[in-house]
Amino acid sequence: MHVEGLDRLLKEHPFFAGFDAATLELLAGCAANERFAAGDFIARAQSRADKFFVIRHGSVALEIRVPGRDPLIVETLHEGEILGWSWIVPPYTWSYDARAVTLTRAVSLDATCLRDKLEADHSLGYELFKRVMPVVASRLASARLRLVDMYAPPAGTAGRQR
Amino acid sequence: MVEPDRKDPPIMAIDRDGLDALIQCLAHDGYQVIGPRVENSAVVLGPVAGVADLPKGWTDEQAGGHYRLVADGRGEDGALFGFTLAAQGWKRYLHPPRTRLWQAHREGRSWRVEAEDAAPRYAFLGVRACELSAIHVLDRVFDNGQFTDPGYAKRRGGTFIVAVNCGRAAATCFCASMATGPKAEAGFDLALTELSDSASARFVVEVGSRAGAAVLTGIPHGPATAADIAAAERAVANATAQMQRAAGGREMVDDAAGVLSRNVEHPQWDKVAARCLGCGNCTAVCPTCFCTSMEDTTDLSGDVAERWRRWDSCFTLDFSYIHGGSVRRATASRYRQWITHKLSYWHEQFGTSGCVGCGRCITWCPVGIDITEEARTLAESEGRT
Amino acid sequence: MDSAAPSIRLPAGDPMLPRLFRIERVKKELSDTFTMEITPADGGPFHFRPGQFNMLSAFGVGEVPISISGDPGAPDVLVHTTRVVGSVTAAICALKPGDTIGVRGPFGSHWPVEDARGADVVFVAGGIGLAPLRPAIYQIMADREHYGNVVIFYGSRTPEDLLYRHELQRWRGRFDMSTEIIVDRATGHWGGRVGVVTKLIRGGGFDRHHAVAFVCGPEVMMRFAVETLGECGVTGDRVYLSMERNMKCALGFCGHCQYGPSFVCRDGPVYRYDAIERLFNVWEV
Repeated sequence: MHVEGLDRLLKEHPFFAGFDAATLELLAGCAANERFAAGDFIARAQSRADKFFVIRHGSVALEIRVPGRDPLIVETLHEGEILGWSWIVPPYTWSYDARAVTLTRAVSLDATCLRDKLEADHSLGYELFKRVMPVVASRLASARLRLVDMYAPPAGTAGRQR
Repeated sequence: MVEPDRKDPPIMAIDRDGLDALIQCLAHDGYQVIGPRVENSAVVLGPVAGVADLPKGWTDEQAGGHYRLVADGRGEDGALFGFTLAAQGWKRYLHPPRTRLWQAHREGRSWRVEAEDAAPRYAFLGVRACELSAIHVLDRVFDNGQFTDPGYAKRRGGTFIVAVNCGRAAATCFCASMATGPKAEAGFDLALTELSDSASARFVVEVGSRAGAAVLTGIPHGPATAADIAAAERAVANATAQMQRAAGGREMVDDAAGVLSRNVEHPQWDKVAARCLGCGNCTAVCPTCFCTSMEDTTDLSGDVAERWRRWDSCFTLDFSYIHGGSVRRATASRYRQWITHKLSYWHEQFGTSGCVGCGRCITWCPVGIDITEEARTLAESEGRT
Repeated sequence: MDSAAPSIRLPAGDPMLPRLFRIERVKKELSDTFTMEITPADGGPFHFRPGQFNMLSAFGVGEVPISISGDPGAPDVLVHTTRVVGSVTAAICALKPGDTIGVRGPFGSHWPVEDARGADVVFVAGGIGLAPLRPAIYQIMADREHYGNVVIFYGSRTPEDLLYRHELQRWRGRFDMSTEIIVDRATGHWGGRVGVVTKLIRGGGFDRHHAVAFVCGPEVMMRFAVETLGECGVTGDRVYLSMERNMKCALGFCGHCQYGPSFVCRDGPVYRYDAIERLFNVWEV
């Protein structure tokens, strides 16, 4: 199936920059155009990760539900970023809730379709992994840096001359 | 600063009575005369009223973590300046361990601040060449081109200096390799060299300033003989020779500044930290260590506040405290800070080394850590000696 | 030569003596942070350069270094934002309008605001690190036509910890500057970004070849900010940081604030990154 224009939407997204037309057309075969209103859930934790999203517009919050508290936003994602790598990682379930903070437009790629194509073409698979891995690394770095809690009020200052 | 006179002043000589007269004369002129004296089995600095207060017949034995006074065995003929260095230097007079900076009085919801302006007028008797260099180092610290410490400037400005050249070096001395001694070259009002081997103890006197010349006119003195001058030169040469490494003496490695700045990260820091107790003795006895902390106090009524400045040491954990914690948590970091500042960063800050080679930090270190050996270890690890 | 004593010049004024200021207004910014406006008891303006700091004294309690956070173009009132982190800051915080505070300063180096004319200016602030940058933001916005893009990247712990909230809202509403805010973590009511401040830098909005960056925040944050700026093409000769060390005298006499061969009180607090690069990544300097 070929949906007119989806390969163009993919081509415009920084994640797919540099892919040739044939590959984009191949990937577009797994793609769908999506729109989420502010507050809509794009994915729910523990549900099947059957989609991979590239965000074209808007912002998305990754949230963890904590009983008795408001959901904690661990990261927000924005135009030009990707949403989700659970589709690559067995058992293919979402770890967090993904909720549209504002009106969000995205292209989704069907996970089964995409996995099949990457399995069939390991060069394409490697190329895609080379693009996903830096995103994973940078989000891990961000999480680690925030673990430092660097803006926290200094501890143990009582009685100090400051 | 100090400009030499056009023509070299003639070299004079005085005897012990002349030295006694010099002390009386300075006291008469309103100076508080500070010099070496024996207290608690050590030569220390304190008020001296005459030659009788000086440490006659004592010599000192110094090594890493070791200090002893030893009688020179010459009885009445014993040298007055046969020791090398007093345990603590002149820093405690020019930059006292505790100084009140100001006092403030509460007046309604405001306050009135009063500066501290009393400053004693000192005459220092027995300043060694390395210590003279140390005083010049402090001069740069407290007049740094942007700010001047008024208290230091007042104390220093009124000081009369009688230097004494060294006729022997302690085992911890290394001024020759720092180019700061053993002979006082400048910055004194009068400089003495004790000729202790002559039958009647005499001093060769060099005049370094008009104030020095004026004081000399008031005391019995005469021209130095050629033999006196030669003996004085021999005494200084003896001290220089004793510091030669080849002869078992002590030397600072060449380019210590470069060695330290190139080895900010080095396994030796952990090794020296394993020995260092972090006690700060080295900073207390160092004639150039200037670091201080501030303390504010109030009286019981809460209406009078004072700000005091007291010596501090970069070896304390609190020294580098910023809200939340100390920057230099490890002893290795603190030792590195001290020695790198002293031998390297000091050049960039003040255009001179912060070390004058007096060796006090070696003597008074409880575990005998040796600044020259630490620098040498780093230098040798670079493949040079 | 009259005497061997050097002619150390006696200073005109004693730099150890505080000048007395009157507290005019105190505003609570955050649970532990407040801003006060003070005026000299002896009248007259207080001139300073953005990035400089003052030593503030509470009667009988002590003295602390606090950066100036007001407008250099409005020298009649001196503004300080202070976080309570010990006995002195707590005593200063307890002062009421009409009370007296001691001030010595201004001290230290400044953000090179004039030298940045013609360039894009990127402010990277973390936590209360926005306070020492604010005077530079004021000065640049008062001279707006001489600069390219003006971008503020501000990272905070949570939305509740954002300093100068109303001002941030005003800045966000302006067309001639861009203000991006990100917090380490938030709950669902926060509609803004969550992540680290370095992510904002990656988002761009400035000419990488001609941008000058002014960075102020916790040392860890500055370390990563500098690295990210470098990756984005803003080289160390165009990055300025404000360093923090223990300062007791602010005159170069007490030795506490030494950072390698420099004294943060005189050679800093604002450094060009390439000047301190060698030490910046060494532990416990």
